[in-house]
Amino acid sequence: MHLFLPTLVAHISPDHGLFIFGAELTIIGGGVILVALITYLKRWKWLWKEWLTSLDPKRIGVMYIVLALVMLLRGGFDALMMRAQQATSVGASHGILSSDQFQQVFTAHGTIMIFFVAMGLLFGLFNLVIPLLIGSRDVAFPFMNSTSFWLYAGGAALINLSLLVGHQFAATGWLAYPPLSELQYSPGVGVDYWIWSLQIAGVGSLLSGINFLVTIIKMRAPGMKLMQMPLFVWSAIGSIVLIIFAFPILTATLSMLALDRTLGMHFFTSAFGGNPMMYVNLIWAWGHPEVYILVLPAFGVFSEVVATFSSKRLFGYASMVWAIAGITFLSFVVWLHHFFTMGAGANVNAFFGVMTMVIAVPTGVKVFNWLFTMYRGRVRFTTPMLWFLGFVVTFTLGGVTGVLMAVPAIDFQVHNSLFLVAHFHTMIIGGAVFGFFAGLTYWFPKIFGFTLNERLGRAAFWCWFTGFLLAFVPLYVLGMMGATRRLDHYDASLGWRGLFVVAGIGVLVIGLGVCFQVLQLVVSIAQRHKHLDTSGDPWDGRTLEWSTTSPAPVYNFAVIPEVHGRDAFWETKRHKPELSAESTPHYTDIVVPKNTALGMYIAGAACLFGFAVIWHVWWLAAIGLLGVIVLLLVRLTTDATEYVIPAAEVARIEAAGRERRLA
Amino acid sequence: MNRKIKLLAFLLILLGVLVLVAAVAYGSNMQVLNPKGTIAHSQRNLLVFGAILSAVIVLPVFWMTFHIAWKYRAENKEARYTPDWDHSRIAETVWWTVPLMLIVVLSVVTWRSSHDLDPFKPLQSTAKPLTIQVVALQWKWLFIYPDQHVATVNFVPIPVGTPIDFQITSDAPMNSFWIPQLGGQIYAMSGMSTHLHLLASEVGDYRGSSANISGDGFAGMHFTAHAMSPADFDAWVADTKLLPTALSAADYAQLAEPSDNNPQTAYAATPPNLYDTIIAKYMTPGHILPTSAHHHGGDE
Repeated sequence: MHLFLPTLVAHISPDHGLFIFGAELTIIGGGVILVALITYLKRWKWLWKEWLTSLDPKRIGVMYIVLALVMLLRGGFDALMMRAQQATSVGASHGILSSDQFQQVFTAHGTIMIFFVAMGLLFGLFNLVIPLLIGSRDVAFPFMNSTSFWLYAGGAALINLSLLVGHQFAATGWLAYPPLSELQYSPGVGVDYWIWSLQIAGVGSLLSGINFLVTIIKMRAPGMKLMQMPLFVWSAIGSIVLIIFAFPILTATLSMLALDRTLGMHFFTSAFGGNPMMYVNLIWAWGHPEVYILVLPAFGVFSEVVATFSSKRLFGYASMVWAIAGITFLSFVVWLHHFFTMGAGANVNAFFGVMTMVIAVPTGVKVFNWLFTMYRGRVRFTTPMLWFLGFVVTFTLGGVTGVLMAVPAIDFQVHNSLFLVAHFHTMIIGGAVFGFFAGLTYWFPKIFGFTLNERLGRAAFWCWFTGFLLAFVPLYVLGMMGATRRLDHYDASLGWRGLFVVAGIGVLVIGLGVCFQVLQLVVSIAQRHKHLDTSGDPWDGRTLEWSTTSPAPVYNFAVIPEVHGRDAFWETKRHKPELSAESTPHYTDIVVPKNTALGMYIAGAACLFGFAVIWHVWWLAAIGLLGVIVLLLVRLTTDATEYVIPAAEVARIEAAGRERRLA
Repeated sequence: MNRKIKLLAFLLILLGVLVLVAAVAYGSNMQVLNPKGTIAHSQRNLLVFGAILSAVIVLPVFWMTFHIAWKYRAENKEARYTPDWDHSRIAETVWWTVPLMLIVVLSVVTWRSSHDLDPFKPLQSTAKPLTIQVVALQWKWLFIYPDQHVATVNFVPIPVGTPIDFQITSDAPMNSFWIPQLGGQIYAMSGMSTHLHLLASEVGDYRGSSANISGDGFAGMHFTAHAMSPADFDAWVADTKLLPTALSAADYAQLAEPSDNNPQTAYAATPPNLYDTIIAKYMTPGHILPTSAHHHGGDE
């Protein structure tokens, strides 16, 4: 309490450094402008009814993606500050940030990019397309889905709140290894903000994982066997299984660290029987699967994109499924390769090194299968295909450097150097992020009813790709020069500066790519009438989502489709063209979940709890926790949670859609 | 627009980036690729071998990607189009087994090199090994020579051609001890002692640093390894013993306090069993280093 009151009165001033001040102004100013704009446009009711309280997974998916892109801007600005610091802080000059600020910035960068950008895009995509791909109207647990989103949003809010209340974030690196992250060395609230924003968002991830697994297992269209699912769905299963097994480890690990810091326990302290090595093992037992949680769905996106834009069946479907299964299993037996340097001994290191290399086999198989999908196809070079071709280059490069680092004796020479940093950015940007962008471009018309501007999309791709090479090829070289990661200052005599400047230019070029993406969105919305997707099938698609109208109605499918094989829609178009034409189907009443704000309130209460624990305000923590429980009970005792769209209304909506198609 | 021009543009971008990076890097010291010790040498060879082996599989993949994408572009109506061809037992067997065989080769290399280059394994040599105890502090490196009874901060003289047994611990957050040109790298952790066996093969000054974030002064936590002839090393030890500054337990307690960018310092003597005391501190909480014992080296 004594700590809390004086600090809570957020004195926004330049005292905490120009950049924190700038960030505070951006958050507050941006918030004020947003509120003013919504009020001016009289959009509050619309925002509340159509979006914030919606249980439609497509709407929730869009909210995930919007928030992830906002966080991408913040994480990207962090990256820019880091490179600016490293380009200027040489020899006698100490750059634009203090070392403590610099360390907070890179910690925030990593945390935000993984938990709030990549995970947000991932769940956004899951929400947008999984029900559509399997011919379902909804997810298994619509309310839990909304709660998951709001928990994710709550975590994001808490991480940004750290700038306003307390003016500090963890300065420990994004995985906050103890003992550095223990009270002894990090006495402030920074690490606590880190713990609780991840803890809250992490619970949301776990709930979401369970939700989508049940959805895929139980809610596929009649006739769709597991081996007939679109490959994106298989990749989602891999990712989700990893989420369900890995995220509880994260929750437990963060809880133990929180107990150490808050209640003076000694799970991971250096003395009193604590063991920091246990933390390192546990955090990577979550952390390595996390990499594949992100990248498997990107593989799935590319499997859909390549087949569609080659107008050909995906090559080696069964191989692809087994490759996913193999990667899913293997990603749980390689975690130790993140710390060969901890001294586990030759046998242990060699075992984990070999297991790591084995992952290259199923991954390579996937690449070959994609290439052979294009082989004897009719390849259309749309923006999603550009992302794919760029991905093959970057991902293979990342794969090679990954295999090299899997040899423990080589790893000793590159571990914690910028070579490692370059490697994992190659995998996450060149793997996962390129895949998410391809997926967003590909499925955009299904959600919004019009396609994105191709020209600006290409410009964005080329900026991202060139910027990526400029930003990360120098880091591989710097690693070879002995440059370690996370340095806020170095001697001029080392000759590193030129490469840091090149890397900084690379970040700017990527920034230009982001500008093109924003511009693409604005221009596409302005010109939407020119690019309306009236057919519902703009790419000559293969899977069920293209059989319904664009934008997909709230119930996805007026009549649940029956499936008899892979590429169900493609086969329908080919063999029964009359079905997709004029016959009027028999519509029935459709049951849809009602809007509710309870998920938002639950997440709000959870945030309150987290915030209170960070500041040791126990009465507030009790209120937050009680709030979560009471709100859950309220939901559990509410009966009328669904409403019915009568058959006549469905017929009217569908007729309007047909009209659009014919117009 | 002409697709060929675009492909050319792409290749030019790729080439341009590489040329730019090479130009900027030209003349700089690629420490990892420029080893001055036996371990670093083996590690460099392993890295090059792995890179070549990977290139064997990666370069054809690059070529195939762009060749196939270009040949089967939608405009090229002359290319064969088989929209239903989605399986070939032979082709799939090839790309499950060929990478697997390469990985088997690499696995054997991995297994052997993990044992050969195990940092904990003493090196084979006719020369008598030298033990140096390394303590990571906030934010500097303390080197204790237990047999010579001298100590240094932020620099570590070593004799060339002599196996060095670095025993490493930390009286601070976790750090990582790395001298790229001699071979790397092992964590420094409080309450524990890790080992790194290195051998310098050439006289010279080699940069070492901490590779693991350890707080505010982390960036200044680098040191120099001075590899010198055994005779020079003995002379250095003798000179150091004549210095007026000895490291007492009280001095150590002061040194262990956080400080940035410490100057290179040498001490003529150290408290007995300083290294073990530092480790034991974390095993027996409450134990405080004795401050009265003022030990002069060389009489033990």
